[in-house]
Amino acid sequence: MNFQLTKEQEFVRKLVREFATNEVEPLAADIDKEHRFPVETVEKMAKYGMLGVPFPTEYGGAGGDHISYAITVEELSRVCASTGVICSAHTSLCCWPIFNWGSEEQKKKYLPDLLSGKHLGAFGLTEPNAGTDASGQQTRAELVGDKWILNGAKVFITNGGYADVFVVLAMTDKKKGNHGISAFIVEKDDPGFSIGKTEDKLGICASSTTELIFQNCEIPADRLMGQIGEGFKVAMSTLDGGRIGIASQALGIAQGAFDVTIEYMNARKQFGKKLSQMQALQFMVADLKVKIEASRLLIYKAADMKDKHMNYGEAAAMAKLFAAETAMEVTTKCVQLHGGYGYTKDYPVERMMRDAKITEIYEGTSEVQKMVIAANTFKK
Amino acid sequence: MAFKIIVCAKQVPDTNVIKINPKTGTLIRDGVPSILNHDDANALEEALKIKDKNPDTQITVITMGPPQASDLLFECIAKGADEGILVSDRAVGGSDTWATSNTLEAAVLKWVKDNGPYDMIFAGRQAIDGDTAQVGPQLAEKLGLPQVTYVEEFEIANDLKSVTVKRQLEDGYELIKVQNPCMLTTIKELNDPRYMNMKGIFASKDIKVWSAKDIEVDLTTVGLEASPTNVFRSFTPAPKGKGVILEGDTDTEVAKNLLINLKGKHVI
Repeated sequence: MNFQLTKEQEFVRKLVREFATNEVEPLAADIDKEHRFPVETVEKMAKYGMLGVPFPTEYGGAGGDHISYAITVEELSRVCASTGVICSAHTSLCCWPIFNWGSEEQKKKYLPDLLSGKHLGAFGLTEPNAGTDASGQQTRAELVGDKWILNGAKVFITNGGYADVFVVLAMTDKKKGNHGISAFIVEKDDPGFSIGKTEDKLGICASSTTELIFQNCEIPADRLMGQIGEGFKVAMSTLDGGRIGIASQALGIAQGAFDVTIEYMNARKQFGKKLSQMQALQFMVADLKVKIEASRLLIYKAADMKDKHMNYGEAAAMAKLFAAETAMEVTTKCVQLHGGYGYTKDYPVERMMRDAKITEIYEGTSEVQKMVIAANTFKK
Repeated sequence: MAFKIIVCAKQVPDTNVIKINPKTGTLIRDGVPSILNHDDANALEEALKIKDKNPDTQITVITMGPPQASDLLFECIAKGADEGILVSDRAVGGSDTWATSNTLEAAVLKWVKDNGPYDMIFAGRQAIDGDTAQVGPQLAEKLGLPQVTYVEEFEIANDLKSVTVKRQLEDGYELIKVQNPCMLTTIKELNDPRYMNMKGIFASKDIKVWSAKDIEVDLTTVGLEASPTNVFRSFTPAPKGKGVILEGDTDTEVAKNLLINLKGKHVI
């Protein structure tokens, strides 16, 4: 047992904290308001190696671990949750499945550009009729000669409008249910592939959330990732890791809201004293602080288990469930602690509250996390 | 042959966070983060820019300090420096600028003995904790190097044999060409230091720790006792009184009051 971060992990926090403060925070309110994907920030994140943290250097990664990756997403999300999820979806949902499930040729072809940030990645699982019930996939892939032909549509795809490489799940044998799903790598310029509607969302407004449309989309046979019928396993293992990323995003949002609220409470006076001197409010702050720190420990534990190749699915579900619900509670209370000002766009906490909500929904709703935890509890 | 640059750097308390004990006049260091001195970050950045253009450049960062100063070397290597050397020994503790430059001189000479001659030395103009701006120039004198201080613009010749620099003065600047090897001290106007890089953070680090014995420094010229400067007392100047808020019903009236005030104080 060791609760100290390594020197490398501490320096990752220092790097991303400085970067986020100087490069990300100044844009956060504007890109939220304008619903603008921060292309310039993504280029800078790439330059400093933030888009390939937990991957080996032989594929162009930083050679870091998953706790460092969690810290990266946490620190970005502390000032801008949209920027945090760009990094998280790219890393956990596109780079990781290719790294873990891709053939050596696929890894060599895709990872160097993805991990250096030259290319951005996305992941397509969710469909209009297959959300939490991912097995209801209607997108089909059919092998015709030496090509796969994909037909169907995906929705709510993070990074959709700006990604170059997509990991996409499709049904190759409907009769087999979950075992009939396969995973593919799709490139943005593949014939028959297009980006559909961009969603207008409550929060994370600067992240790109789109439809993916496959109309007789033709891809070479070697774009199949893993074996035929392994797609559900690819998707579930990917989401296990993705939950560490989203939990870290939730943690960052909560910590960010907490930090600006403490600053506000030290300055704001009512009834002749500062808010920070009022015990009822101090108690509220203490409760929030405990939950934030508990989220952090759950996340780092899950990330550490992933680094040690342990079975971390339940730990990741616990981390995501708790961190997401904490983010929602913390941001709601932080708006309350700001009073009327907190409800205006002059302060960042209303944005953080809107951003927090999605962490209870995507990459497995809180209910899905409970299903995972219960299944692990009652498994034979 | 590689172009070899030595960068002198210092770990300092972050003065944005630091507080001063009003009774003793000394810094309260508890819980204050240590950082790479700002001007030294500019020194390293200029060396890294040379390396960006000339990959066959080798950057060595030398610092003197307690064992935890190796964090500074970690940071410099994570930004792109090749190796770091920490001179750490109780014998050199409490050194003033003269004793510090004696120590650094010995460290540079030891480095030369191990690695051959260097081509340039960069140092920050001054450290934010002492503000003396003496160590760089003293080191240049002791090593017999031409030096230019307060460098705000820098250009190196294509053959890397000389540099042209703009030296900031209070009322203007000097444009100076210097042959290498030389010593330059840098100011914040020179460049915007880069961040660390993730790959740099996780790469293996070549950090050496040298004792006073390793650098074969004359022990009578280093440390607190050998330092000719002594601080008798430090204090915080008493804060000025509150400012005056001028009032008036119209802007014109406020401006008029301002004029009356300034004239009354013989400012205008």
